[in-house]
Amino acid sequence: MRRAELTTAILLAVFSIYLMWKSAELPIGWIPDEGPGGGAFSFWLAAVMLGSCIWIIINWFRRSSPPSQSSEPFMDSFAIKKFVLVGSGVTVMIGLIHVLGVFGALPIFIIYYVRFLGRHSWTTTLAIALAAPVIVFFFFDVALRIIMPKGYLEFLFLPLYDIFL
Amino acid sequence: MRVSRRVLLGCAVVAGMSAGLTSMLSTAAVAWEPKKPIEFVIMAGQGGGADKMARLMQTVVEKNGWASKPLTPINKPGGSGAEALIHLNGKAKSDPDHTIMVTLNSFYTTPLRQPNLKIDIATFTPIARMAEDTFLLWVHKDSGIKNVDDFVAKAKAAGSDWIMAGTGKLQEDQLLTDFLNASYGLNMKYVPYKGGGTVAKQLAGKHANSTVNNPSEQEGFYKAGDTVPLAAFTDKRINIFPDAPTFKELGKDFVYLMQRSVVGAPGMSDEAAAYYQALFQKVFESPEWQDYRNKRALQGAFLSGSELKDYWMVERDNHRAMLQKMGAL
Amino acid sequence: MEILQHLFDGFLIAFQPLNIGLVVLGVIVGLFIGAMPGLGSVNGVAILVPMTFLVPPTAAIIFLAAIYYGAMYGGAISSVMLGIPGASTAVATTFDGRPLALKGLADKALLGAAVASFFGGTLSVILFTGFAPPLADVALSFGDPEIFALMLLAFATFVGLGGDDIPKTIFSIAIGLVLSSVGFDYISGEPRLLLFGLDGFLNQINFLVLAIGIYGIGEMLWTIEVSRGDSMMSKAVITVDRMWGNAKELLGTWKVAVTSSLLGFFVGILPAAGATPGSLMAYGVAKMTHKNSENFGKGEVAGVVAPEAANNAASTGSMLPMLTLGIPGSPTTAILLGAMVIWGITPGPTLFVDQPELVWGLTASLYVANLFALLANVFMIPIFLWVLRMPFTILAPVIFVLSVIGGYAATLRLFDVWLMLIFGVGGYLLRKLDYPLAPAVLAIVLGPIAEPKLRQSLIISDGDISIFITRPISGTITVIALLLILLPLFKLIRDRLRQKASSTA
Repeated sequence: MRRAELTTAILLAVFSIYLMWKSAELPIGWIPDEGPGGGAFSFWLAAVMLGSCIWIIINWFRRSSPPSQSSEPFMDSFAIKKFVLVGSGVTVMIGLIHVLGVFGALPIFIIYYVRFLGRHSWTTTLAIALAAPVIVFFFFDVALRIIMPKGYLEFLFLPLYDIFL
Repeated sequence: MRVSRRVLLGCAVVAGMSAGLTSMLSTAAVAWEPKKPIEFVIMAGQGGGADKMARLMQTVVEKNGWASKPLTPINKPGGSGAEALIHLNGKAKSDPDHTIMVTLNSFYTTPLRQPNLKIDIATFTPIARMAEDTFLLWVHKDSGIKNVDDFVAKAKAAGSDWIMAGTGKLQEDQLLTDFLNASYGLNMKYVPYKGGGTVAKQLAGKHANSTVNNPSEQEGFYKAGDTVPLAAFTDKRINIFPDAPTFKELGKDFVYLMQRSVVGAPGMSDEAAAYYQALFQKVFESPEWQDYRNKRALQGAFLSGSELKDYWMVERDNHRAMLQKMGAL
Repeated sequence: MEILQHLFDGFLIAFQPLNIGLVVLGVIVGLFIGAMPGLGSVNGVAILVPMTFLVPPTAAIIFLAAIYYGAMYGGAISSVMLGIPGASTAVATTFDGRPLALKGLADKALLGAAVASFFGGTLSVILFTGFAPPLADVALSFGDPEIFALMLLAFATFVGLGGDDIPKTIFSIAIGLVLSSVGFDYISGEPRLLLFGLDGFLNQINFLVLAIGIYGIGEMLWTIEVSRGDSMMSKAVITVDRMWGNAKELLGTWKVAVTSSLLGFFVGILPAAGATPGSLMAYGVAKMTHKNSENFGKGEVAGVVAPEAANNAASTGSMLPMLTLGIPGSPTTAILLGAMVIWGITPGPTLFVDQPELVWGLTASLYVANLFALLANVFMIPIFLWVLRMPFTILAPVIFVLSVIGGYAATLRLFDVWLMLIFGVGGYLLRKLDYPLAPAVLAIVLGPIAEPKLRQSLIISDGDISIFITRPISGTITVIALLLILLPLFKLIRDRLRQKASSTA
């Protein structure tokens, strides 16, 4: 936990500096008769972020914040395993939306999670994996006319559009 | 996993075969029709003037059942329209036939001001010019100002304490403000707000001294007698404000209008372009649209195809000249 | 008495079969849309505008207003059940609604939300009925400095929301504000903070992207770790006795409900502010004044009552400037306004005279919609609890899916879905290190209102910051806000000094 606290604070400090640098593309000073320039708000707030990070680092050296005193690991093996399994699942699902669209990615993710992480029966898994895209299609695409991305599977939906839209 | 996919595909394919066959048979001989929902991009945020018009057009199409697939409005106001232009440009390669967009004058100014976007509006497909919106100079009734002479006298006396509220920096309202400052020797202070509606409210609440709103934005306050139009930035007087002279009559040759047009993605096929042109001509001629045009005193005849493109090119040159004069390019 | 006569006529209109049917339909549709993370009343109203052409204008606006109401109620459902705010207006509802649900007290939170919404909605409809025109003038008198002062006050009421770690709280507020300034800066006409040169940052970061990321994805990752494989989420079972107990407990929160409703209504009528700041401020005020203030954020029912009463009061309130001035007080009313224009009605000061049937029919329908939404919510509580009793390994993927779909539906950009994932994972990791995240969410909601108002005020005053103090309304609000911000600091310094004194002694 101690190491994570310091690493995070340093990374966030670097990010703050990036934000300050990026904000400085617009005027960050006080324009006479006009008040702060376009980048001032974000520049000075990013400076506040940087200041807080430094404060956090000082607290780390003084060991005055709970995470900087804790000797527990930031993530134990259970947490890391779950985080990797679940996190990568969600990431892959979003990535697949680009290729297979929502209606291809959703069932794959649900099968992965419910069957392989949750260890539910195939019946339960398939029921959810099938119901989810159908409900999403009728609720969003048909009823609300919010057209979900279809990726390369779009050609399959052309006839469905003819019927339902 | 394999089972579910197969079932899913199976369902779609069976449904598709039957429907696809019938529709193919019936439409094979007919002209181009959209195959999927039509993305109706709006180059501005929800609730603004462009948004209202887009939703009216969508409603007219849906009510009359003129399009076989629905128009699905998507607001893309980011970067003063840059996001919308990039989106349409990106469709040129993937699917140019199902994306159209409602535009305003930022269609010219945004690519001019942000050349790094690499947008050339000449490549966009002209569909229809639905109207040109007008601008007038407005003041609050309690200011006692009756005409442009009063206005100039008071604004000159106030100097930079005279507040002109308008939409974002270097957008239409500021072009007009700069014109007024230059031609009457004024030094009005321009305060940018997010949209025309907010601007109108600033005047009604007396937080600003004057504005250059469209009629639709000031309509409610005007009817209640809170605000007064002094003069119009049009060629001829606007029929619903017969007492407001044009700046032309006042000896300043300056006309400025806001286009309300529909454009298609670059690279749209001729068949698809013809389909949308015919569709929006029908919308233009519909009683609802004509009624809306009359009530809001919209001008500008229907333009399409190469005529519309020529109009864009002229307007782009005008805007380039105006922006250069302001030192914004 | 003229008003009562008008209202009576209004009820006759509202109870016409077509209109009452549309109220019921609208509330139900709204409930579903509102309960869906990512979709709020804006979407519901915008999507259904074209369908209203089939009925007369009065029926149409009644329908849209019923959807608006239903969605406001529905937002609380996803806040409590999933911990994801269904709409920006329901952010504050998650602060206590979610902890209650995790304790197995989802029924209490849902009932509290429904009753408080009803209370806030009804109280503000009464205010609306009685005082529409004079209140409209008050709303107009709020200029840029006043709105900015109000935003300052909203921040001030939230000083106590952060964690115990002061630099981390400050960090959270600051990053929220910086993220809120990503996108086009319309005051200078330039793109701003185009991070890593990605076109996706041309647009403002939608609040929902951050909220769904943190509360949907981040919260789920957290729960998965904390639950250590425990498969059940909630074991709540509903009985009549239990509901009765809940109802009795709710009676004790009437004071919170009244103050929150009034606050919400007032903030709602101010153009540009809308229901979200109203509900956030109501939560902050309730937390400051309530006797169990240390329970806030850990599952205090008053913490659900306050924002829900306020956001419903505000949503009625924001209809007021729309009808009387033609100025929308919130994005949803902006769409309603557009719809009215489509029907050929001009909202504005003359509407009450020109279209009494529409105005009073709508007002009466608001009473009816409120009552119906309350009943629908209360009767659906058992269904919601049944959903919550599903095994966590089924609920979790469903929530991930809802987050992804909802994140897409909110802005129709896959870019934002990726951003949401990054916020979710980042939020989860930061949360493990005791960074409070609620202040960041609050900041990204209030930042886009506060920053332009600050700069517009300063342009008007030639860069003179005394403009915030010298104008009577903004001066008063600013002083209150500064006092609220400084008060905890004084307390902190006093405590430190005492500690030092005692340690040296």
